[in-house]
Amino acid sequence: MNKVLMQGNRIIGEAAIRAGCRFYAGYPITPQNEIPEYMAERLPEVEGGVFIQSESEIAAIHMVIGASAAGVRAMTSSSSPGISLKQEGISSLAACELPAVIINMMRGGPGLGNISPSQGDYFQATRGGGHGGYRTIVLGPATVQEMADLTMDAFDLADQYRIPAMILADGMMGQMMEPVVFKEPKPRVYPESLMMRGAGEGKSKIIRGLILDPLEMEEHNWTLDRKYRVIAQSETRHEHYKTEDAELILVAYGTAARIAKGAIKRLREAGLRVGLFRPITLWPFPTNELREFAKKSENFLVFEMSTGQMLEDVRLALQGYARIGFHGRPGGVVPTPIELTNVVMHQYDRKGGVIEQYQ
Amino acid sequence: MKKVFERPKSMKKNIFHYCAGCGHSIAHRLIAEVIDELGIRGVLIGVLPAGCAVLAYNYFDVDMIEAQHGRGPATATGIKRALPDRVVFCYQGDGDLAAIGIAESFHAANRGENITVVFINNAVYGMTGGQMAPTSMLGQRTTTSPGGRKSLLDGYPIQVSEVFSLLPGTSYIERCTVNSPASILKAKKAIRKAFQCQIDGRGFSLVEILSPCPTNWKMTPIESCRWIDEVMSKTFPLGVIKDLPEIKKKGDKRHDG
Ligand SMILES: Cc1ncc(C[n+]2csc(CCOP(=O)(O)OP(=O)(O)O)c2C)c(N)n1
Repeated sequence: MNKVLMQGNRIIGEAAIRAGCRFYAGYPITPQNEIPEYMAERLPEVEGGVFIQSESEIAAIHMVIGASAAGVRAMTSSSSPGISLKQEGISSLAACELPAVIINMMRGGPGLGNISPSQGDYFQATRGGGHGGYRTIVLGPATVQEMADLTMDAFDLADQYRIPAMILADGMMGQMMEPVVFKEPKPRVYPESLMMRGAGEGKSKIIRGLILDPLEMEEHNWTLDRKYRVIAQSETRHEHYKTEDAELILVAYGTAARIAKGAIKRLREAGLRVGLFRPITLWPFPTNELREFAKKSENFLVFEMSTGQMLEDVRLALQGYARIGFHGRPGGVVPTPIELTNVVMHQYDRKGGVIEQYQ
Repeated sequence: MKKVFERPKSMKKNIFHYCAGCGHSIAHRLIAEVIDELGIRGVLIGVLPAGCAVLAYNYFDVDMIEAQHGRGPATATGIKRALPDRVVFCYQGDGDLAAIGIAESFHAANRGENITVVFINNAVYGMTGGQMAPTSMLGQRTTTSPGGRKSLLDGYPIQVSEVFSLLPGTSYIERCTVNSPASILKAKKAIRKAFQCQIDGRGFSLVEILSPCPTNWKMTPIESCRWIDEVMSKTFPLGVIKDLPEIKKKGDKRHDG
């Protein structure tokens, strides 16, 4: 297998095309512009490939809905403010049980915010984001290799569960270059009977989100809920790093997990036994897996580039099982491994455990 | 005995939920007749709006997807680009097209998407109970313009067809109504022409239908039909607004590059 050195954003584009994505619509926003630019260049080269620069993020997601309904693997990408605009369509995808892949290269917020890396959209991504009570599968890559792998997986998961799947990363991941090996894509498994391509001689199909009958509406919501429960049970993923002997386990995802690994190296050099639990699926959150680690260590410290969002999921997993500390920097500044090292040195004492427990 | 009138094949055997005198049901029937005549039921995908026609899949026996309010032309774009050999139409009300979805409509038109839009202009938001629409007449009383629409506060009725006709991407635009047997036949011809335009690959086509809404206009059906002639069509003149000759594939100025 050939290794290629490519920027994260472009890797996502290439991985999507290799996974069979044949439709992309998007609207420019930093720090993810290389994704539409890459798609504009590459998609017309592949058979059936369609690239559209849409008039807005709203239009882009609704174009994706159309392409997905037509049975084509479709993707859109944006960054935080644009993802807010897409929520109407993401809610529709969830309601109509249509697959699609959405990339969010998070930037500082709220509002227009700025273009520096952030993890401020965790709540929006993992709680559904739009109206009505639904879930999207959310994958949080921490390396460019993982951006390639998870983008491909996102298409498979979206098809398998007929659900929108999101890659949640940030400007740093998007701009970073690392060597990548593309894995072989799996053949697509998506029944033709679900594709809306004209009725031919047969029965006509309807794709709709409006369900006026109250009982029918409720049943539809229970059906979605049952699906979400299956996903929550079977699709969690995580990585653990140097946890075998860890007295303190950091919990971090994406860019923050990279920083945490840097800090762990320093902390271990200083004689502290620190490890990392890194959720890869942010929804479904690897709750049970994390709780298992409470048998090994009593001390956890959540580290995020936000004022504490994933922290809530960690507390749901560990509250009553372990001590939980927190360190976060909201969007705007990327914390350094040295900063995190110092925080751990201050907050953690080998005898007393995590001193400043998060209240 | 010879059957002279029957349900179009592409219509389901359901009874319309529309109010008495509403133009939607007439427009539905005309579209269905055209679908039958052109023999495109099997290759057709319809995109439905939020609005009174949100349940139109109960009436059309063709593949249909319901779009969010105003997003029909974007969804239709996605379908048509994914499946260029299918026929795609988008059914929209005036709130749907000219207010919340004006960006999606305008840009689909400007890109010259090879789709057909059937635009029902009833000068109100029907489904939500008769609020002011971007196409409400100046002076028209609605539930949100109780003193009548005032240009100073509410702007002017948008002439969607005229505005869209300025875009090089549009190829065929006609404004019709369905308030008399003669106008209904004309409207059907226009719908047929618009679909044919798409089949011939000529780009964006739109048929605007001035459509009676007796319930929200607080008129009888007959008064409504008269109001279209006497008031509405003064602001929205009927007729062919744009009809570009067939695109010659080579050397056509509308195709650069
Ligand atoms: C985002 C959003 N906003 C508002 C609505 C409520 N809504 C449904 S239909 C409609 C207006 C419909 O008016 P029009 O497009 O003129 O169609 P008509 O019902 O008159 O046929 C509105 C405001 C909605 N469904 N979605």
